[in-house]
Amino acid sequence: MAVKWSEVSEGMQIPELKKNCSTQQLVLWAAGSGDFYQIHYDKDFAVGTGLPGLIVHGALKNAFLGQLVHDWIGNNGRIKKYGCSYRGMDYPNEDIICKGVVTRKYEEGGEKLVDLEVWTENPQGKKTTPGSATVRIDS
Amino acid sequence: MADELPPLITDEMRAQIGKESAPTTMEVDKTAIRMFARSVGHTDPIYYDEAAAKAAGYRGLVAPPGYLGTPVFNPDAASRRGGGGMFGGPEPSRPLRRILNGGTEIEYLNDICAGDVLTATTHVANYEETKGSLGEMLITTSKTVYKNQDGKVVAISTGTGIRY
Repeated sequence: MAVKWSEVSEGMQIPELKKNCSTQQLVLWAAGSGDFYQIHYDKDFAVGTGLPGLIVHGALKNAFLGQLVHDWIGNNGRIKKYGCSYRGMDYPNEDIICKGVVTRKYEEGGEKLVDLEVWTENPQGKKTTPGSATVRIDS
Repeated sequence: MADELPPLITDEMRAQIGKESAPTTMEVDKTAIRMFARSVGHTDPIYYDEAAAKAAGYRGLVAPPGYLGTPVFNPDAASRRGGGGMFGGPEPSRPLRRILNGGTEIEYLNDICAGDVLTATTHVANYEETKGSLGEMLITTSKTVYKNQDGKVVAISTGTGIRY
């Protein structure tokens, strides 16, 4: 269920979103996003470029963080801004845990706003995709 | 020794900063929205079911976070990788062979829904050169502004490209 303004407090964690990409999901994403770079679905090609194997698209992890935030606010608001940096590679068939923490709750220009720190974490606990988001909450 | 090399950023590159690209048409259509949402694993019906999207207060199927329309395919440009823009324009003073996508940020100013036709223009906002663990790096920050069919700015995306 969508979060309510009264339930939001600075420092709170938002519900985690766990992902674990099959190679099929990477192919789906290639079609969905239009990014057909072979390092994401052709293992021989990926290894040929010096990678250990297939890697998950950075933009897919960015989209996961978008889902993390959307699932939290539902349609009781809007994502005003969100983004991330690509700091580390993630691999298919390994957990990618998407997490977020509220860093600021405030009102500005008549809107109820929340800033968040968001990130993806690999099985070793490393933040491979750190980012941030600002959302509007309606009620 | 590397310190004595001339800067990577040339005058020509500096002159490129702020110059707008030719506009690109990005179509926001139902099939692409559903495909994008499915590939991410979204479960909210606003991305799949028009009635659910309208019941939630949207004009139609909603563009999921990160989806900013599908470029109209141009077979003449099909041999190029990617949509162009990020690494177009003048080359640095020395060739850099590797490319990394450093990150993305999107600011949303209005809803984007199926049926919208967006016009995107891109410009280089900044070039920066630095030395990191990968050696010398050229960081290009580019901004793309998306307007809808009513001329409203709906989104501004900022991309960071790293060449090294």
